[in-house]
Amino acid sequence: MDETQSPHSEPERELSSSWAAAFQAAFPHTIAVMTGYLFMGMAFGILLQSQGYSQWWALFMSVVIYAGAMQFVAVDVLTSPFAPFSAFILTLMVNARHVFYGFSLLDIFKGFGRLKGYLIFGLTDETFSLICSVPPPPAIPRDRFYLALTILDHIYWISGCTLGAFLGSRLSFNTRGIDFVMTALFVAILVEQWRQKRNRPPALAGLAATGLCLFLFGPENFILPAMALVVLLLILGRSFMEGRFLER
Amino acid sequence: MSFSQAIITVLVIAAGTLATRALAFLLFPAGRAVPSCISYLGKVLPSATIALLIVYCVKHVEPLEPPYGLAELAAIILVAVLQHFFKIMLLSIIAGTAAYMLLLQWVFV
Repeated sequence: MDETQSPHSEPERELSSSWAAAFQAAFPHTIAVMTGYLFMGMAFGILLQSQGYSQWWALFMSVVIYAGAMQFVAVDVLTSPFAPFSAFILTLMVNARHVFYGFSLLDIFKGFGRLKGYLIFGLTDETFSLICSVPPPPAIPRDRFYLALTILDHIYWISGCTLGAFLGSRLSFNTRGIDFVMTALFVAILVEQWRQKRNRPPALAGLAATGLCLFLFGPENFILPAMALVVLLLILGRSFMEGRFLER
Repeated sequence: MSFSQAIITVLVIAAGTLATRALAFLLFPAGRAVPSCISYLGKVLPSATIALLIVYCVKHVEPLEPPYGLAELAAIILVAVLQHFFKIMLLSIIAGTAAYMLLLQWVFV
């Protein structure tokens, strides 16, 4: 140990090097998310500005909302009559799956102190998947590693959205139909989930229940009954699922 | 919608998003046991929810009116096939979206 150093510089160096190390370790795992978020963020930005909202709105929304599917739905909401209560309920329903991300992470986030708030705020589908699948490197504090993942993903998203809105008005090609990117994402995710047999009955229940409710209640009113029916079907099917597919 | 109404709408949506992400941590602070039913739903809801969201995305489609949702159907099949065989998310998404936009703008005008 170098005895000429003051007692303060060692912990400070460890502090900053542990943050730098956390980001260095986290970055390679986020490359796939980076390409995805840049692309989807740009699609959102293009769509948003086509409805008359500038890149500053894209920046604002991607910073405070930070949710892919919901931001696309939000474009729809922003071009409809002002209805904040119904917007809030719609948000709870579209983002309901995030409730269950929290349940899955209760143990992983235990004891994480002040950083926990931002980690919770940043629980997107992709960040959640990373946290569940990437083991933190042994030398790096777990909470900082997860925070680095979350911050990086958020930066990619903000960049994509803002850039898309900025470029959108300057693009010359017709962007009609670009909102399909969200449908495509969910279909691709479902294909991946379908590979595991235990996900198939719930997926089928989801499709059937939602399709039925769409038919019965129409596009404006079907989400709430659909979610209720889905939960009901899943609970009714619990002994079947636990008997055949799941560990208790 | 006015400027301040739009701001309020965005903030309401942001609050709703944060609420769904925080709910589990608010209901079950350190130590409180998670009921087995909740834990079961945590395993089965993700797939069901993705399926629900797919139907939500195509809710505007009218299968009995021209163009009968054919653009959506074709593009969804393309995404599913590409993802099944190549397992490259970005490829499936980009190709499917491009196909949908082409169909929408040139074929099913």
